[in-house]
Amino acid sequence: MSMGAYKVERWTRQAVFFSAAVGLLLVVLAVGPLIFSAGITDRLTTLFIYIILAAMWNALAGYGGLVSVGQQAFIGLGAYAMLRLSNAGVPLYLALVLGVLLIGIVALPVGELMLRLRGGEFAIGMWVLAELLHFLINLDPLIQGETGTSLVALDAFSPSAARADTYWMGFFVMVALLGTLFMLLRGRVGASIQAIRDDEIAAASIGVKVHAGKRIMFVLAALGCAAAGALWLATTISFQPQAFFGIQWTAYMLFMALVGGLGTFEGPIIGAVLFFLMESFFGATGVSYLIGLGIVALGFSLFLPRGIWGTLETRFGLRLMPVGYHLTTQRPAAAPNGVADKKQVDYVA
Amino acid sequence: MNFVNQLLQGVLLGGFYALLACGLSFLFGVMRIINLAHGSLAVLAAFLLMEFCNDTNFSPFGGLLLVLPVMALVGWVLQFAVLDRSLKAGPLIPILSTFGVAIILDNSMFEHYGANSQSLGPFIGDLAYGSWNLTSSLYIGQLDALIFATAVVVLGALQFTLARTPLGRTIRATADDPSVVDLIGVNSRMVYAAVAAIAIMLTGLAGAFLGMRASFDPYAGGPMLIFAFETVVIGGLGSLWGTLLGGIVLGVSQNIGAAISPHGFLIAGHVVFLAVLIARTFSHRLTWRPRFSRKVATA
Repeated sequence: MSMGAYKVERWTRQAVFFSAAVGLLLVVLAVGPLIFSAGITDRLTTLFIYIILAAMWNALAGYGGLVSVGQQAFIGLGAYAMLRLSNAGVPLYLALVLGVLLIGIVALPVGELMLRLRGGEFAIGMWVLAELLHFLINLDPLIQGETGTSLVALDAFSPSAARADTYWMGFFVMVALLGTLFMLLRGRVGASIQAIRDDEIAAASIGVKVHAGKRIMFVLAALGCAAAGALWLATTISFQPQAFFGIQWTAYMLFMALVGGLGTFEGPIIGAVLFFLMESFFGATGVSYLIGLGIVALGFSLFLPRGIWGTLETRFGLRLMPVGYHLTTQRPAAAPNGVADKKQVDYVA
Repeated sequence: MNFVNQLLQGVLLGGFYALLACGLSFLFGVMRIINLAHGSLAVLAAFLLMEFCNDTNFSPFGGLLLVLPVMALVGWVLQFAVLDRSLKAGPLIPILSTFGVAIILDNSMFEHYGANSQSLGPFIGDLAYGSWNLTSSLYIGQLDALIFATAVVVLGALQFTLARTPLGRTIRATADDPSVVDLIGVNSRMVYAAVAAIAIMLTGLAGAFLGMRASFDPYAGGPMLIFAFETVVIGGLGSLWGTLLGGIVLGVSQNIGAAISPHGFLIAGHVVFLAVLIARTFSHRLTWRPRFSRKVATA
């Protein structure tokens, strides 16, 4: 082997092993309601929703470089669309899927407008949009202002059937969204999006279509948040606008994505699991819990902005999901004892 | 005549919004940070003032002598503890960290002061409801007039300081390029700290008036941030007199909205804000850029 020989790997041994483990986990989760108790099934559905939210907020902020404090606009719209369609006689779970797709279409022109804004302007602009949609939906006679209404169609299901169906729906939607994000990141779009994440101006200067990349992330995030909103409606049954259009969602999403690791595929999932556990243990403490969330989020943004996963990943060269490439250079000539001097370089950080 | 009165009240409300927005605008103009804790800091000042008035029987105006320096100190600490570090960590971090500060402040205030709506109105006596009647249906509230006048004075003083004084020159130079002013013997971090102190002090002043003219609660910071931000964007980010104009446009549209429908107040404000944004995307001449510095952006 000559000087400077190198090997580009996507499927590192680590990634093969880990992907197999993920596959196994997914198979177990796919039959969840058949083997888990009712309580655990319910909790897992909630976890799926958190994972969707974290991954979608990360798609927008971590990859698209767009921090939004108004993604609750799409959470609320997703729930509202499902409610309206179901009220119009569309079967429940079809209403969920159709509603989400509808919100995806709505997100296209909305993105065209909002993506003109930069940085903090985009962040608060989205919030204003969420507030406006909140008040407009309050005007709908079906919703009755802040009183809200319920997803009546769910009464037709027995509690156990509704629980299992919502679980499967959540699982299916989560896998579909994460899969879409995964395939996007591996492909041409992913390379351009990660270039935008690293340096927008530099990316634009070498011909990356910055606006197109951001638009894709915006629409994906809108779809994902709408799906999370609709699923949340299916688990809580009642639709109170304040609960769906509230700013607390942004606090949760920010926490999960930031603590897990912005701009990594695995990070937000870890962040969501962590958030889920914290909520299970401390959620009952109410306000103190929220203060704690704020302090942890502030601490991470100041001292560990790469989050848990981002930090571990760079320190140990971990790569669990085969999203990027690994570059391994081998220089046997420089190693007198015959052991190849292996040096790993991340091709796509 | 009632409609004219709505317009007049809208203009007066605009004075409050301009005062509320000038801290946000000033901080953005110099540091390029949109402080998401802005509204929460205004509410914090209102609570501090309430606590002070409850304990001492001082008037809120006397209390300002204590609360404003405290808020300036808060701004100073905020700069060194949060903003300074965030600024170096890339464009996303200031948004994340100031949002974290807002979450902490809002919920801490909730824990400490409870969920009840509070008002400083009872502490200012006649001023809270006194008014000058121009005609039978046209009136100017004394407190509203005071707030509007304060807004004009504050904006004028800020503009004068920036344009004519050595401190203003230093601030403008730092806004242009902090690393270059460091080379010529200015400590840009201290300039930033001074700017943060002034900005948060002005936010505290707005918070005091928020408490006097209406009620507030621990979670009022979010709406206040939105109003301040809408004011700044409508008026043009970084332009101080534009801020006054933006406040008036927002106040007038909210009052017209309220006259049309009971839900119209907030909806009309948000719609006008988004309409301004849309108009700007279609017309480059309307595109705003910070105007503190003489340097003209070439983008």
